Amino acid sequence: MSIAITTQIICFTVLTLVILVGALGVVLLESIVYSAFLLGGVFMSVAGLYLLLNASFVAAAQVLVYVGAVNVLIIFAIMLVNKKEDLKPINDINSRRIISTTICLTLLSLLIRVDLTNTWSLANPKNSIGEESTIRIGEHLFSDYLLPFELASVLLLMAMIGAIVLARRDVMTKDISTGLPVDQELIEKSSEPLLTNKN
Amino acid sequence: MINLESIPLQAFLIVSSALFCIGIWGLLNSRNAVRVLMSIELMLNAVNINLMAFSSYIDNNLIQGQVFTIFVITVAAAEAAVGLAILLSLYRNRVTVDMESFNLLKW
Repeated sequence: MSIAITTQIICFTVLTLVILVGALGVVLLESIVYSAFLLGGVFMSVAGLYLLLNASFVAAAQVLVYVGAVNVLIIFAIMLVNKKEDLKPINDINSRRIISTTICLTLLSLLIRVDLTNTWSLANPKNSIGEESTIRIGEHLFSDYLLPFELASVLLLMAMIGAIVLARRDVMTKDISTGLPVDQELIEKSSEPLLTNKN
Repeated sequence: MINLESIPLQAFLIVSSALFCIGIWGLLNSRNAVRVLMSIELMLNAVNINLMAFSSYIDNNLIQGQVFTIFVITVAAAEAAVGLAILLSLYRNRVTVDMESFNLLKW
């Protein structure tokens, strides 16, 4: 084995360990803030795996979009809804845990069996485009994937408008019953929950 | 010791399978709604690793898998924005993020 392949294997092992341990931490840790930061670590390690696969552009996009946007958005959401609450205990929590864990382990064993037993028709590594992949992605985006590329911009616009509409606080300028101008600060402070717990 | 030319494709596939299953477990077992969204992001990342591995080992000249990964990242960003906005308005109405109390559609 040459030095290059040994380095690759060491990098792959370290990244895999970070990904799997981090993902387990994301779903198992009590504190949601630790989960959010671990999620950032998992995203960074996935970007490292992309670099191992000779895909520098997608690795950069992963860091920019996931770590820079999605993770920050999640941390802001945690900040906005961070309230210590005592969760009501569920009666059949243990049977739920057992059933879901069984389902996940079964699915995992099935997937690993497919991964290992299938004979993949690997391409010749000599044809590999290697570091030129950014150029090839650009060619794809402006020729055969042009329509999905343009639709993605419409999708992002719709998502932006939808997020603003959903997360906006309704601001009233006039009181509906009396017609007098209302004090905005009062509205902000007395935010009564519309639907209290029914059960 | 096995003599390897490069990292086998199966290694990437097993990592992505494990990550996907962790994501499903988190999706089924979390009570915090933010954690459910995080699990969905984990599952999307597992799918992306799969696409990238196949694009590098099987389609290494046309690399269409990388283009697909770019689109998946775009859709995931839109999904996260809308999902967190829904979560915020839900929190404003019910003052909780406990998944067990979102039972308005239960009949």
